[in-house]
Amino acid sequence: MSETVRRKGRIGYLLLLPAAAWLLLFFVVPFYSLVATSLFDPAGSDFRGYEMDYAFGNYVDVVRDYAGPLGRSLLYGALATMFCLVLGYVLAYAIAFKAGRWKNLLLVLVIAPFFTSFLVRTLSWKLILADDGFVVNTLQALQVLGDDGRLLATPVAVVAGLTYNFLPFMVLPLYASLDKIDHRLIEASGDLYANPFVGFFKVTWPLSLPGVVSGTLLTFIPAVGDYINAQFLGSTNERVIGNVIQSQFTDANNYPVASALSVLLMVLILAMVLVYVRRAGTEELL
Amino acid sequence: MSQLAEDAPSSEPAEAPTAAASDPSYDGLRLQRLTKSFGSGFTAVDALDLDVPRGSFFALLGPSGCGKTTTLRMVAGLETPTSGSITLSGQDITFAKPYRRPVNTVFQSYALFPHLDIYENVAFGLRRRRAKEVKAKVEAMLDLVELTSQARKKPAQLSGGQQQRVALARALINEPEVLLLDEPLGALDLKLRRAMQIEIKRIQTEVRQTFIHVTHDQEEAMTMADTVAVMNAGVIEQMGAPAELYENPRSTFVANFLGQSNLISGTVVSRSSDVTTVDMHGIQVSVPSGRTHVDGDRGWVGIRPEKVLIGEEGAELDAPGNTIPGGVISDVSFVGVSTQYLVRMPWGQELQVFSQNTGRTRMFRTGERVELSWRPEYAFLLDQAQDASAGAQRDGQ
Amino acid sequence: MRWLRERLVLILGLLVLVYTFVPIFVVVGMSFNNPGGRNVYQFGSFTLDNWKDPCGPDDLCSTLLTSIQISLLATLVATVLGTLAAFALVRHDFAGRSASNLLIFLPMAAPEIVLGSSLLALFVASGFAGQLGFWTILIAHVMFCLSFVVVTVRARLAGMDDDLEQAAMDLYATPVQTFRRVTFPLVLPGILGAALLSFSLSFDDFIVTNLNSGNTTTFPMYVYGQERVGVPMQVNVVGTLMFVVSIAIVLGMELRNRRRVAA
Repeated sequence: MSETVRRKGRIGYLLLLPAAAWLLLFFVVPFYSLVATSLFDPAGSDFRGYEMDYAFGNYVDVVRDYAGPLGRSLLYGALATMFCLVLGYVLAYAIAFKAGRWKNLLLVLVIAPFFTSFLVRTLSWKLILADDGFVVNTLQALQVLGDDGRLLATPVAVVAGLTYNFLPFMVLPLYASLDKIDHRLIEASGDLYANPFVGFFKVTWPLSLPGVVSGTLLTFIPAVGDYINAQFLGSTNERVIGNVIQSQFTDANNYPVASALSVLLMVLILAMVLVYVRRAGTEELL
Repeated sequence: MSQLAEDAPSSEPAEAPTAAASDPSYDGLRLQRLTKSFGSGFTAVDALDLDVPRGSFFALLGPSGCGKTTTLRMVAGLETPTSGSITLSGQDITFAKPYRRPVNTVFQSYALFPHLDIYENVAFGLRRRRAKEVKAKVEAMLDLVELTSQARKKPAQLSGGQQQRVALARALINEPEVLLLDEPLGALDLKLRRAMQIEIKRIQTEVRQTFIHVTHDQEEAMTMADTVAVMNAGVIEQMGAPAELYENPRSTFVANFLGQSNLISGTVVSRSSDVTTVDMHGIQVSVPSGRTHVDGDRGWVGIRPEKVLIGEEGAELDAPGNTIPGGVISDVSFVGVSTQYLVRMPWGQELQVFSQNTGRTRMFRTGERVELSWRPEYAFLLDQAQDASAGAQRDGQ
Repeated sequence: MRWLRERLVLILGLLVLVYTFVPIFVVVGMSFNNPGGRNVYQFGSFTLDNWKDPCGPDDLCSTLLTSIQISLLATLVATVLGTLAAFALVRHDFAGRSASNLLIFLPMAAPEIVLGSSLLALFVASGFAGQLGFWTILIAHVMFCLSFVVVTVRARLAGMDDDLEQAAMDLYATPVQTFRRVTFPLVLPGILGAALLSFSLSFDDFIVTNLNSGNTTTFPMYVYGQERVGVPMQVNVVGTLMFVVSIAIVLGMELRNRRRVAA
């Protein structure tokens, strides 16, 4: 009956201060620093130091030089998100509507594999998709793959790895949305439309949209930035933007280029998130 | 003391403060000029004066938004009054913290602590005050609400009615000077409500503490309480024993909110010490002075539908005094114990008549011409400045 | 046919679930692998050697220890700060509340590579490039765990019935007692969940850590480094253990909940 009573006054600030300060100091300020670095004169180096040059040309350069990895990141991310949506929807739907009293157990099982190290899990895909492995041999026998066809070191392996690794980020918000749907609505749609497919697209799907939106964002964002899957499961032909940023920072020590790439990636992603925030308001995500 | 139902059939307006209001020896709960305004400019409770005598079962009745819950929350200390004062046994508790006043609440949502079992829920208040003999008291209280066997269960494992009794026990065990019940039965189904109404009434008779019960259900208020205060738009419209309120409402709001009333426009012709004579669309009727609540000329003549007798035109009716001819039956509903008629009067108004199915009179059919009558002592006269439909827009009435 | 049609969705869902477990089976299987030859990505023969000597390979256990230390510290700091912030956001009204909500939300919307490179840019620009190591990793981990803690605890707090605290006050509990006896126990599951999430986020992180680690090596960095030369089989032992321990924790919590409800 009573509404949340929010106390006014300084205590709120005091409680928030440590966390907010941490995020300001180690998230906002660093991002500003990143933007600044991206405008440094690229002629500088780690040794001689960099000069602030407002070198917006850096951005033109990185788009020209790294359009390939950037495009691949977005493409792989989008493909993985799409597969996650299909697989995740089936799984979330089964848990929400068909699992009965096994609901909680199944939810635990969804998260369980992801407690094992991300890198170790990804490595085991390397084994599963290996050239002489069971999967490749089976696909060859079925003539899906040619006799010397392979999966490892191809975009297929990278997308498969991404799909696998980010699946829970899709399943959990989808489940949260689906679980809230009133069963009677679906029954009513069965009563009114008769056809379960029409019922699904007219009732269940629209009602699960909040979960779909946050699930796709939660999957897409880390999938675009990830480079472990490309590194472990792809070849040099599958280099993604994360690979480039990482090696520009740590191997080439080319900070302005690396920073410009990083900022560009963030801006692209923020633009997409802002569209979502407009639609749903910040408090609703997750 | 004019607020007390037992001695309050006077025509004094309910909100008027009494001379006794500042008396520190008053041992009940006293609200004086209590006001609560919210930031938005909305005044939920407006200069409320109210005396609740010690040991009474008091109901605060009104539609949602009338300020009854806000009043209750101010007494509990969960809401700070904008102005006015609250005294309990002569002590000012207006600004006392909720945990420092001898008042306990049964919340509408029950608000049972989900992480504690029933026993610990009931013991909560005792433990906070480091009371002695917690075990014996909790066991006695669980016994009173018949939940001894459920002591070690969690609230979520109990039915709605059982949870309700835990909430009651948890508050009662502290032996508060005043127990506040905020729509305590609102979440229960009808059958359980009826059972719990009797149960709570039984417990109150047993413990003899002051109960203040907030509800929007007039039947519930009348069944349980010995004094009912009808609240509307932040003020108390009328207060008294349930029968007194029902039989002699002082405003159209009370007349409509408690049961149903026929309100017929009329003009005062004469006043004597016993009766007021009113011209009602050309028919003279009389209303006892004690039931006349209008100073001016224009009034509403009120009569409860079950007090109206219905008969064939020209028939001898057992209701000397007020007879109104020329009605035509426009609707008949048979509801078992009674038959409910709508009768269109010559001046166009439809009046309601509830006729007991005693078998002594026959049923009338739609379109028949009839004569209505009532005993003058059942009628009341209200101020025509008031809206005739105030308080009437309720479901299931 | 009809039987199959009615259970089609459930069966498909279970197949997806099986798919998520395939790599786990591989990890568990490989922990018993004796690769014999050079190719460590194939099953050679069965052995218990990896389990008998998990710390055999150089650096494996020392990096594991580093990771555990960082994760525990990061979890502690992030959980405390995040819980305080969640209380502020749910229970208090102040100017800048929506800006704060945005500040909390943004790190979750940023890919790790951006978080990591931003921090590195700051450390380089402020002359800390030479001091990268344990503490810079810790700073980074607290930063990206914080938002998740706030969001988790905030959800728990917001879902709590306000009447409960009012009821406690009504039953003679002072504000301090109300917090200790009612608010805190009710929010605790949310805080524990947030801590568990923080630990696994921190323990598992590679991308942010790799950029800000200097000469310090965490377990994921160790695995990454070994990938090219062939990962020692003991890594699978660690992977299996992580799986078993976390399942035990989660199931334990679930069982406790069940018993609580059924008691």
